[in-house]
Amino acid sequence: MPAMNIVQAVNSALREEMRRDDRVVLLGEDIGRNGGVFRCTEGLIDEFPDRVFDTPLSEGGIIGTAIGMALYGLRPVPEIQFLDFIYTGFDQIVSEAAKMRYRSGGQYSVPMVIRTPFGGGIKGGHYHSQSSEAYFCHTPGLKVVVPSTPTDTKGLLTTAIRDPDPVMFLEPKKLYRAFREEVPEGEITVPFGQAKVRREGKDVSIFAWGYMVNVSLEAAERAAKEKNVECEVVDMRTLVPLDVPAILNSVKKTGRAVIVYEAPRTGGRSCGSRGSTRRSRTPLRTCTCRTRTVCSRESTRRWRSEPQITSRRAW
Amino acid sequence: MGDLLRVIGDDGSANPQLDPKLSPSDAVRLYRLMLMERILDNRMLGLQRQGRIGFYGPSVGQEATIVAPAMTLEGNDWIFPQYREPGAALARGMPLLDLVNQFMGNAADAVHGRQMPCHYVFRNGNFMSISSCVGTQIPLAVGAAWAAKIRGDRVVTLVYFGDGGTSTSDFHAGMNFAGVFRAPTVFVCNNNQWAISLPVARQTASETIAQKALAYGFDGVRVDGNDALAVYRAARDAVRRARAGGGPTLIECVTYRLGPHSSSDDPSRYRDEREVEAWWRHDPLTVYQSYLRHLGIWTEEFEADLEKAIGEEITEAVRQAETNPPPPVETLFGDVYFQMPPHIEEQLEDLKRVRRR
Repeated sequence: MPAMNIVQAVNSALREEMRRDDRVVLLGEDIGRNGGVFRCTEGLIDEFPDRVFDTPLSEGGIIGTAIGMALYGLRPVPEIQFLDFIYTGFDQIVSEAAKMRYRSGGQYSVPMVIRTPFGGGIKGGHYHSQSSEAYFCHTPGLKVVVPSTPTDTKGLLTTAIRDPDPVMFLEPKKLYRAFREEVPEGEITVPFGQAKVRREGKDVSIFAWGYMVNVSLEAAERAAKEKNVECEVVDMRTLVPLDVPAILNSVKKTGRAVIVYEAPRTGGRSCGSRGSTRRSRTPLRTCTCRTRTVCSRESTRRWRSEPQITSRRAW
Repeated sequence: MGDLLRVIGDDGSANPQLDPKLSPSDAVRLYRLMLMERILDNRMLGLQRQGRIGFYGPSVGQEATIVAPAMTLEGNDWIFPQYREPGAALARGMPLLDLVNQFMGNAADAVHGRQMPCHYVFRNGNFMSISSCVGTQIPLAVGAAWAAKIRGDRVVTLVYFGDGGTSTSDFHAGMNFAGVFRAPTVFVCNNNQWAISLPVARQTASETIAQKALAYGFDGVRVDGNDALAVYRAARDAVRRARAGGGPTLIECVTYRLGPHSSSDDPSRYRDEREVEAWWRHDPLTVYQSYLRHLGIWTEEFEADLEKAIGEEITEAVRQAETNPPPPVETLFGDVYFQMPPHIEEQLEDLKRVRRR
């Protein structure tokens, strides 16, 4: 098995799905000859010159035309260079992609994967760092996926491309080249709606996604060493659909929950505790567990406050 | 009206250089669809006033710009409508009863009462689902055309929007992508002079909407939108060019919204009734009648028979539609995703439990 980082895992999933299904096309800014600003699509234009498109600089145009391609029967995978730039296409995502199946009574659908790097860690200031996954989790019709390892990246992206619904695929840019792991060659898929316990523990449950999984694992190691507290770290992997049983199983055991995310506090936690019905409403409370949130402050980011970039593997 | 493309002369004759030479059956079909749209609009507005449907967006005065472009398409082509094109849906084969069921949002409505009236969809005719958001359909039409080009299909997409729609960022994005990728898309702008309460001069300082195409690297044409043959001719040429690989075209149809924006609108608040009266003298139906009369088809009797037949068809569709019950509660929750995920299933079960109480 080759060792891969997340950038290579994205590339591998795209390449294999493009080989398997000639309806898969890529479009985005600088994704062709340049291979994307993070190099996720490097070399794909050589193998698929008629299915990789450098587009004009317009997120609304990229997403809008990708929706049209999906309606026609293709499987477009648009890349948005940074999640921070997606908002001129936000109307298209919320009003067209997310609503199409519902509003057409199932006559039309939008099987499309919007790939985009999100989150902080590259000293990019607020226009290269935000974590606005809550906007998308709030919109029925979208699925929201956040991998945190190379293997999950390949498996979840493959599942996303084959999924019949529009998927927001948020890539934690801080982890793009942070570490490598052995990734199985050939086809691997990771199902949506299944969280993964990254570290077992009996004292407190930590629920996280993306780069915060990595941070939580580091914190768990320190808590074990310095405080003799055993944390269980649960990587949510998909925020919609959310694995509620996994949350309940963990807090039943520990009775304490910490939700960790990069976004500001207001509205951000709803990603990790979706609920509006009796059974799923605040599952943490039904277990009478104590819950804390670790997240960003209610201000935008500044790059000067970020720690030095590390590349060590945390687990 | 200046340098507009016109085909039907004042005497009802078609300019021989520009005449698209419709077959007699197509010539009548075009008229029947326009008349159907006119009568349907009046009847549906009446039903809305009686509280039998919730809302309606009429298209009175724009029948030529709506029906004629749709008639130039082939079966595999696609339409991305705005929200004022029942005549185009009917031209693509949508049954009248389906339309009326949608206006009523009943159990037979294909979209289960989810969308407000006038937001119909007809996949069998490649007639795209309608959004209330102005302009969002434009990049979609370009994307579908681009996809057809990638697949090597000789398919054309046609997108309708209004003068207000040309102010949106999606108009710019769609036009720009269509130009860069030479997408086989025909852009049909129904310039009806008013975007709800704002005149076109407040949407754009451009002298014409057609000239905007120049900036995107393709042709724009400006036609008399109340001359059905002119609209047909321009659309047919644009569709042919797109199908042959010649890229997109923008057609500005200069027309007028003779009625309100919708059943909720009162145009007397913002426009002069004398302006409306002037445009009634250039009604697309009477312009086209003069052409049919010139051909020897249109007579008072022909008109009376056709109006009677259409009226009966609508009466029957309304009668049938009103026998349908409301959509079942399950349809509130379906089609959010391909498969209903657990959290929506739970909410459906919850609602059922509450209703049982």
